[in-house]
Amino acid sequence: MELNLQELNATEFPVPVELEDNIAITSLSQLYNWGRRNSMWPMLFGLACCAIEMIATASSRFDFSRFGFEVMRATPRQADLMIVSGTVTKKMVVPIVRLYNQMPEPKYVLAMGACASGGGPFKEGYNVVSGMDKYLPVDVYVPGCPPTPQALLYGMIALQRKIDGQSIANGDDVPWYGVGPAEPTPVPVLGPDIIDPRQMDMIRRQAESAADAPLLGSRELPALTQMVAAKVETAAPVAEAAPADVDALNVVLPAGAAPWAEAEDIREKRRLRALARKALRASRRAAQAEGE
Amino acid sequence: MDSFAAAPEMPLEFASIDDAIEHLKSSHPYAIKLDERDGYDGIIVDADQLLNIARVIRDDLGFDYLSSATAVDYLGEGDHMEMVYHAYRTSGGGALVFKAQTDRENPTIPSLTSVWRGADFQEREAWDLYGIRFSGHPNLKRILMWEGFHGHPMRKDWREAYYEEDQKPFDSRWPGGHVHRSEEKNVFGKNVSYPQDIDLNRLMDSSESAVYESLGLGVDIERVMDKDGFETNELVVNMGPHHPSTHGVFRMVLTVDGETVTSLEPVMGYLHRNHEKIGERNTYLHNIPFTDRLDYISSMGNNHGYVLAVEQLMSLGRRYNPPTYRCEALRVMMVELSRIVNHLWAIGFWLNDIGAFFTPVLYFIQERERILDFFEAVAGSRMMCNYMRFGGLFGDLPERIKSVTNLTNDRVRDYNTMQFLTEMINERIPRTIDELELLLTQNEIVLERSVDVGVLSADDAINFSAAGPLLRGSGVAYDIRRAEPYSIYPELDFDIAVEDEGDMYARYRVRVQELRESVRILRQILPRLEATRGESIWADGKPGAYAPRVPHGEAYGRVENGKGELGYYIVSAGGRGGSANPWRYHVRAPSFINLTPLGHMSKGHKVADVVGILGSIDIVLGETDR
Ligand code: SF4
Repeated sequence: MELNLQELNATEFPVPVELEDNIAITSLSQLYNWGRRNSMWPMLFGLACCAIEMIATASSRFDFSRFGFEVMRATPRQADLMIVSGTVTKKMVVPIVRLYNQMPEPKYVLAMGACASGGGPFKEGYNVVSGMDKYLPVDVYVPGCPPTPQALLYGMIALQRKIDGQSIANGDDVPWYGVGPAEPTPVPVLGPDIIDPRQMDMIRRQAESAADAPLLGSRELPALTQMVAAKVETAAPVAEAAPADVDALNVVLPAGAAPWAEAEDIREKRRLRALARKALRASRRAAQAEGE
Repeated sequence: MDSFAAAPEMPLEFASIDDAIEHLKSSHPYAIKLDERDGYDGIIVDADQLLNIARVIRDDLGFDYLSSATAVDYLGEGDHMEMVYHAYRTSGGGALVFKAQTDRENPTIPSLTSVWRGADFQEREAWDLYGIRFSGHPNLKRILMWEGFHGHPMRKDWREAYYEEDQKPFDSRWPGGHVHRSEEKNVFGKNVSYPQDIDLNRLMDSSESAVYESLGLGVDIERVMDKDGFETNELVVNMGPHHPSTHGVFRMVLTVDGETVTSLEPVMGYLHRNHEKIGERNTYLHNIPFTDRLDYISSMGNNHGYVLAVEQLMSLGRRYNPPTYRCEALRVMMVELSRIVNHLWAIGFWLNDIGAFFTPVLYFIQERERILDFFEAVAGSRMMCNYMRFGGLFGDLPERIKSVTNLTNDRVRDYNTMQFLTEMINERIPRTIDELELLLTQNEIVLERSVDVGVLSADDAINFSAAGPLLRGSGVAYDIRRAEPYSIYPELDFDIAVEDEGDMYARYRVRVQELRESVRILRQILPRLEATRGESIWADGKPGAYAPRVPHGEAYGRVENGKGELGYYIVSAGGRGGSANPWRYHVRAPSFINLTPLGHMSKGHKVADVVGILGSIDIVLGETDR
């Protein structure tokens, strides 16, 4: 994209007319945003039907490289735009959040289509997430099922406008320029149903209050099926049928420490083990070198 | 593999399916009975005898191809679980439908994987979604949902977090037109609900062995992954679900020895959108736009299979008019255009997989864009056409349509529809196919990469229930348009594309031939459209009922879609007046079943070939996971 200095110029100091084509006085944010908005690298990653229209948008007829989006990267570590192009299922949202965490900042999310924006036609399905924004911060929503390539282009241009309006001095606009590393988005866990670690407190509270009184402001949840999946290998007959009207809120949580602390533990242990292994290898190599 | 002692050399010849059933009844009088429910077909086999009878059906009666195996939950309609099998002869003809019943509380049925390996994934699906245990299944674990999910969601008494009612339209919304957000009514707000006894600690284990534990790789993960030093000779490689060349969110876990694949485990369900559960809540008409989203490359073909299935059921009732000739001709035209789009897409993406990254695709998408312009003008949407109706269509062709003149010059022009079609069918598409062949068919790199790679023999292809180009590329001339013709295909002149080698290159050749055959069919359609100009697309001149009541019974409608046999098994369980919602709505998805032989075909090849083999099967995840 050509640099138009006159457009970039944002100052009350007069620039001499003969220098207008050579000099611009502007804010750092503006210069910085100009660079970012014109070279967005989307992640090469498709989820469902909408991905097909995304591919059509990338190809010759619609060609989003006209707007600076052409470098699609297959690895999240080189991408700064995630186009969530399709239905987000509970099974898939786990890797998606992980991919998002792997993207370098600044990063943006564009929800393409009805599914990614709010669940879409399949929202009521038991394996479908009601929109990407339940798990990740979404910057632009593009409606449609699927959105036409024109609509997707419009959404991408809207994202560019959004970037234009951001200031790197404002921590709310661009949280990633704060001090220290940013917190990763907690990765959901697949249990009996999907569990969002951020909801853990709420789940616990619900479990406690469900014991005493019915909840305020919530409808009665449907009874869950009484099947308890027996281990496949043992092929044992179905164990204990739950009482007829299982209260879905009656969640039994382990008391005390946060349940994911253990996962932290495991990770820490693995890290230590890896370090030890590395040290061992280094010492072996040293010994070998000495031997020679 | 066969242990049935009395199998004769050749299957017996029967004039009709009924004769075959007669024969079965006389030889096994105690094991089978006719299915005499209203509108039902076929036989009910005693579950204990299922394995024997299945062998007889395959070997003596010659029904060598198991097309579909699916479960139905008859809660409140007899309170049993039922497995329904559709077996066909690869020489053509109708289905022998056989069923096995079991109780709902502890459902167990013998596995048929030793007779038809194609039953493998389908039985796993029935276990996953219905909780039916298959004794003798080598690898019975969940396939679409994750291991540890609570319950078996397709059972009629299992209810999702956003559950409102069993059938649409919901009272809370209809006829008042109220809208609400389901998450505001759910305490957790995210479409989840928990069972009473969850154990969160167990879920937090993120070690390698936990990641692969449920996959049954036959490899000791701890040993392979957790070793000091490098003396390992086996390695587990994970590909997907985010992988640029897996055609969507598909995952494969490979065990490799050096660079050679020793085993491959497909993992799917990352796009499981609960199509069938939602389909059973929907009215019949509601489901048409949902079928668009199965194989989203060829939505017209999906529509066609579904309307055929429902029309089969409706024809049992009294107030049903079959579609007019013009309607049938239009349907065939749309389906063949979709097939062209599908094959161009499939070939293009397969070339991506073997290294021609995106250049061929860009050429093919150009042609696709023109066809999509036409779909948009006729049906209103580029991809999700939602075009067919029971006994008719959404609308006739418009007189004039708008499309861009060419793709370098994005000027939109107004065309006479028939002229646009004629030019497209007689000139543009054949030119594209010629160009494609010129660049690829004798291309040294294509030959080098694809000849003798991913071989599937004819017997294996049949036994694995492979369909479409995968089956025909293995030398089995089985095309439903000829084997069990529907619509106006019997009067059209075309050949079944078939190649004998069974490798990736053979599949490519089949697709190219089918492109040419589709053009040949389209050329015959054009004069038929001219001849029927002005004729209505509806038998009695006006659109069919908005919410038809469909008579009691079962139907299996199947079409030859771009990716293979697409079948819909539909059960209508209403009273005498019929039902407004399907009791069971099952999609026999070619992409799903064609993946069964993937591990078999990949064994012994290099890692780099696996992606190509997957590409040559041509899957689309919307249909694989449904
Ligand atoms: S919004 Fe529509 S087209 Fe897009 S993924 Fe969802 S169902 Fe498919």
